[in-house]
Amino acid sequence: MNTIENLSRRRFLQGSAGLTLGFCLPALAAPVAGPGKAGEGVVGPIHFEPNAFLRIGTDNTVTVLSKHLEMGQGTYTGLATILADELDADWNTVRVEGAPADAKRYNNLFWGPAQGTGGSTAMANSWEQMRRAGAAGRAMLVSAAAIKWKVPAAEITVRDGVVSHAQSKHRARFGELAVDAATLPVPTELKLKDPKDFRLIGKQAKRKDSADKINGQARFTQDVQLPGMLVAVVAHPPRFGATVKSFDARRAKAVKGVVDVVQIPQGVAVLASDTWSAKKGRDALSVNWDESQAFTLGSEEIFARYRELAKTPGLVAHQHGDADQAFGKAARVVRASYDFPYLAHAAMEPMNCVIRLGGDGCEVWNGEQMQTGDQYALAGLFGLKPEQVTIHMLYAGGSFGRRASSHSDYVLEAAQIVKAINGRAPVKLVWMREDDMRAGYYRPLFHHALEAALDDKGRLTGWRHRLVGQSIVAGTAFEKNLVKDGIDQVSVEGAANLPYAIPNMKVDLHTPKDIPVPVLWWRSVGSSHTAYSTETFLDQVAEAMGKDPVALRLELLATHPRHAGVLKLAAEKAGWGSTPLKPGKPGERRGRGVAVHESFNSYVAQVAEVTVAKDGSIKVDRIVCAVDCGIAINPDNVRAQVQGAIGFALSAALHGEITLKEGRVEQGNFDGYPPLRIHEMPVVEVHIVPSAAAPSGIGEPGVPPAAPAVANAIAAATGKHLTRMPFNTAELAA
Amino acid sequence: MIKLDVNGKQHQLDVAPDTPLLWALRDTLHLTGTKYGCGQALCGACTVQVDGAPTRSCVTPVSAVAGRKITTIEAVNTDRVGKAVQDAWRKLDVVQCGYCQSGQIMSAVSLLRQNRRPSDDDIDNAMSGNLCRCATYVRIRAAIHEAAKTLA
Repeated sequence: MNTIENLSRRRFLQGSAGLTLGFCLPALAAPVAGPGKAGEGVVGPIHFEPNAFLRIGTDNTVTVLSKHLEMGQGTYTGLATILADELDADWNTVRVEGAPADAKRYNNLFWGPAQGTGGSTAMANSWEQMRRAGAAGRAMLVSAAAIKWKVPAAEITVRDGVVSHAQSKHRARFGELAVDAATLPVPTELKLKDPKDFRLIGKQAKRKDSADKINGQARFTQDVQLPGMLVAVVAHPPRFGATVKSFDARRAKAVKGVVDVVQIPQGVAVLASDTWSAKKGRDALSVNWDESQAFTLGSEEIFARYRELAKTPGLVAHQHGDADQAFGKAARVVRASYDFPYLAHAAMEPMNCVIRLGGDGCEVWNGEQMQTGDQYALAGLFGLKPEQVTIHMLYAGGSFGRRASSHSDYVLEAAQIVKAINGRAPVKLVWMREDDMRAGYYRPLFHHALEAALDDKGRLTGWRHRLVGQSIVAGTAFEKNLVKDGIDQVSVEGAANLPYAIPNMKVDLHTPKDIPVPVLWWRSVGSSHTAYSTETFLDQVAEAMGKDPVALRLELLATHPRHAGVLKLAAEKAGWGSTPLKPGKPGERRGRGVAVHESFNSYVAQVAEVTVAKDGSIKVDRIVCAVDCGIAINPDNVRAQVQGAIGFALSAALHGEITLKEGRVEQGNFDGYPPLRIHEMPVVEVHIVPSAAAPSGIGEPGVPPAAPAVANAIAAATGKHLTRMPFNTAELAA
Repeated sequence: MIKLDVNGKQHQLDVAPDTPLLWALRDTLHLTGTKYGCGQALCGACTVQVDGAPTRSCVTPVSAVAGRKITTIEAVNTDRVGKAVQDAWRKLDVVQCGYCQSGQIMSAVSLLRQNRRPSDDDIDNAMSGNLCRCATYVRIRAAIHEAAKTLA
């Protein structure tokens, strides 16, 4: 019997509380996630609902309710895989539905009482919960069969959605037992599978969202149509902190299809019967902005300020030994400083949100990543209770952190428009690409300064790392847990917990509070910059020490076997030290570089191979990656996420930069902010370390090592250590 | 009134002639598989076929395609190439968020109609106008080769 840890059990039971066991009324059982379907009382097969995550229909359909958003990272498939394995379901009959917003049942177990998706926590926090949900369903189906067939439950087997008793030759599909099972008590003692008996976990469970995403049927927020719905496009201020002084709506109102123009705190919204009319109306508006309180600095001025700040000590985020003394005694000091720009998430689906105000609450259709926060924000605005805010979680066309807005920014903007028209029509807020790219909520701009002390024997004795950048969590509900002694943990993650055995180390942080550019988590958060500075700086140190980058890392990782494990595997598979790179064409320089980084409790090492042309242009040829994310629930999805993460990271390394000039964002579309395109995508090899450890995240951890591995490869090819992202290829011209 | 031939069906649309085909498809005909991503033909999420050629519907006014044969993702499975591409996409689990995939598939189908055995370079040339922020490119490439194999 699997012993249940008390806290988990309490959470599980809490998670199951308030469930109606037995028959669900068809009207209540109707899927609510489909746009336009709510309240229509779709009559489906009666089903058995043993807990908040599972419904089994008399038609044998197994529905898994996902409390987490599917934004591409494979969560719907992953959660269903875990549950279906313990249930012994037939994978072909499993479907996934977005769960409603209800933190009592669907909270993120790592986030306490809040529901939401982020920090690569979906599998990790749900692992035991989904296993238990599946096991509970299985046990009840077995009990129902035992009673029906009058045989001992222990003799009953379940496989691929069929319950059977060998001796009596009884056999039933799940659907045939659903009605009986629904009358039984939910078991509290559950036996979970021995991992060697997994049939789906660690195997090839195909994605559950593939079919709908290849034929145009998948529903995104952008696709929602409701009766009487108006589409809103908003004129936003040209600078952060500017407000509407006055506006002239005459030309906008003259556009056919435009029905209203309203002022909201975020700007001026044009409402129309359709998107194009709303956009034309918005473009025809003339707005006078009050920019007296607006932010007017440019990125270069911000960097200059940060460089000044970096000359003074910040708040200490981590220290051990005596770094200052080590530097006092150093025979040699290696120094480098780094600049990281603001970065936009630029999900393919620009931000949008549909809100309908009804008799006793409001309904939201959204690629919803922060259910509880958004419920509170909307309840506050509308004077409702949070539970009166119903949220239909739709697929998100990417997010990379953007939809996890701890300020509920675009959701509140949609709500302000609904409020401004007194709720007389449902509203779909549509951001054009430029609205999305200029709205802020960027990966914060950061400056890092690093120093390493080598003693007279050439040993690495000291490490000082100073970071300057805005806090993501300050002023949000996450501040209480994530800011400790003035240090925003996500500003220094990957730096303060540097795994290398360096005897004297100090990491300190400046958190400027006078920069009002909205900032947010961007896929891999702090590690999106700390992995770059630490891993490229370590290569500079290795060079100074005359050591091989892999050998030095392994030396310093003696007490970190999971880091060392992925590093060795990636190095071996890439032929590090054994297979020399083939030379390039005349004039081309080639190089191989390595980086290893842990984020979200997953360990990833990458070896990059690059070719640098005479003019300095960079081609990333191949990246060999090793990943240890605990048990790989869906190995193919682990590979997919790492492939995608590498492409995402390379976008930032090669091109990505949001810049401000006099407070205005200079980029607006994919011409100024170009994500990676197919011809720039390297060959990617992903190797997964076999593991019995509980699953950790995989949505983000593939990102951090990619840019430093490529930069280290460039340094190997050219001798130039790039200290600025995106890379300045002019520096590399031969 | 503008006459549009979409997926073999004739439609009469009461929209301004400068309305991009994208919004006519999405908001008027409720064919929402074709996606808005940039509005400037930079990302390819809005790709449809006009007389078989991949076309960025976000910058194509309806007046320019009146009477021409428009195919969207919703009808791409009606021919052998379209079906082969969709099957390959499923077999290799190409999709992640899925938002750009309608456009990717429309471009891939156009490529394979013209070139039954595309090389990696051919794929780069045909597909580099289609952005995927999830960077599913490794699998897009593999799936196009896979579809080519099944069509051979």
